[in-house]
Amino acid sequence: MIVAKRKPFEEIKNLLKDYKKVLNVGCGTCVAVCLVGGEKEVDVLNAELDMARKLEDNPIELGACTVERQCDREYLAELDDKVKDYDAVLSMACGVGVQFLAERFPDIPVFPAVDTSGLAVNQAVGWYEERCRSCSSCVLGLTGGICPVTMCAKGLYNGPCGGTNNGSCEVDIDQPCAWYMIYERLQRQGRLDVIKQLHQAVEWQNQVPRTLIQPGYKKPEE
Amino acid sequence: MKSGSNLEKVLEAGHFAFTGELGPPRGTSADHVREKAAYLKGNVDAVNITDNQTAVVRMASWAASLILIQEGLEPNFQMVCRDRNRLAMQSDILGAYAHGIHNMLCLSGDHQKFGDHPNSKGVFDIDSMQLISMVKRMRDEGKFLGGAEIEEPPKIFIGAAANPFAEPFEWRVHRLAKKIEAGVDFIQTQCIYNMEKFREWIRQANDMGLTEKVYILAGVTPMKSVGMARYMKAKVPGMDVPDEVIKRLQGAGKGKVAEEGIKFACEQIEEFKEMKGVAGVHLMAIEWEHRVPEIAERAKVLPRPEVD
Repeated sequence: MIVAKRKPFEEIKNLLKDYKKVLNVGCGTCVAVCLVGGEKEVDVLNAELDMARKLEDNPIELGACTVERQCDREYLAELDDKVKDYDAVLSMACGVGVQFLAERFPDIPVFPAVDTSGLAVNQAVGWYEERCRSCSSCVLGLTGGICPVTMCAKGLYNGPCGGTNNGSCEVDIDQPCAWYMIYERLQRQGRLDVIKQLHQAVEWQNQVPRTLIQPGYKKPEE
Repeated sequence: MKSGSNLEKVLEAGHFAFTGELGPPRGTSADHVREKAAYLKGNVDAVNITDNQTAVVRMASWAASLILIQEGLEPNFQMVCRDRNRLAMQSDILGAYAHGIHNMLCLSGDHQKFGDHPNSKGVFDIDSMQLISMVKRMRDEGKFLGGAEIEEPPKIFIGAAANPFAEPFEWRVHRLAKKIEAGVDFIQTQCIYNMEKFREWIRQANDMGLTEKVYILAGVTPMKSVGMARYMKAKVPGMDVPDEVIKRLQGAGKGKVAEEGIKFACEQIEEFKEMKGVAGVHLMAIEWEHRVPEIAERAKVLPRPEVD
């Protein structure tokens, strides 16, 4: 799932300082699952903002609404009537959701309340670890199911580098060396030959915004 | 001859090569480079010019290399993958070659987290293995990575690093094989202190026939103090400093540790001269350039050969 963390409260407060009526929109999918931007977190943030602005003698009127998914047009329609009563929108969705809201409501400012940090797995309650950088050229078949783009601090395709440190990465003793793990996994599977081959320079796909249309949904060519 | 560099000629002629290293200044002083170069002149076959080593901003490696050429020394231009994408790398290689740089060392580069701009964006568009392959393609096929033809391709003697110690140890020799497959001509190893492990690594490389395909220069850094040895053991990833080495330095007594460090380095060099598969030594006398003449003398690697 996409994971995110809430922005520092002062930053959110500063983004909203010139607005008196703000609609805080949560997202019921990824950011709700990772405990940062669902219905509950919308209420908590609104309570904090309400109190802080009262203390500053600059009260704010806050609305709350959590939609199923901010990245899907069908769930945004319910906001159309609500948004016009506000002078700004705060989105607790990932960067995708914030942009989709901003696109739908171009006449009013839409602000982010979270920092999107990546595509991650859930290791334990509240503990998420990044696993994919959506590079559009997946090499997991060659690397024992361990992503060198995400898990190696240098994103090396022919690792490990000289900084591999008894199974840890040179940048952090608690961060495993991706290429050490890849070696161990492939050795276990008797597939080390795969990484004895040179992996040529990558043709980067993620340097421009990518559009994806699944094969069954492409319009037939005229 | 692939490049006609002095280093290539020395190795090709079968001499035991001896290379040095020079770190460019954190400023604009060409004199700083010249002063360090003066200690190396005549004592080494080529001088590695480090590229923003430890991810700290310094005078550009190619620029310090040019000063070295002006001083009559041969540079080994280091290039890391951390700071440039493939466009910048290839254009720097063209420019460096146009100014007479004929050796290159292709490295991944220390992670930016360790340096003076820890939150900079690491480029790593290509990795060290792909950089070797790219330089080889430029030289032998006369083509850029993108496929276009190069007018007057750069004839570079291609170097890379090898760490004979890092775990998993069994993988180290295969990684060397991979660099050879990518097109490397010479290797300079990580600083060696664990001689036993190094002997085993070079034995494996000999057994696989790798030492016939690449020149291996053994990395030597004389220890200046017990503190330096302890720091390298504990803090420098990939460094293997056995306890015996630290004990030996401690045993030297006050004021005599640096002397013992040099003595150990000279013993190592003597052994490397006789070791099958080792074609030379790369001396990394970190911020100790002024001691290089003495070390070269005592290691009996002087005078340096002149090969036409």
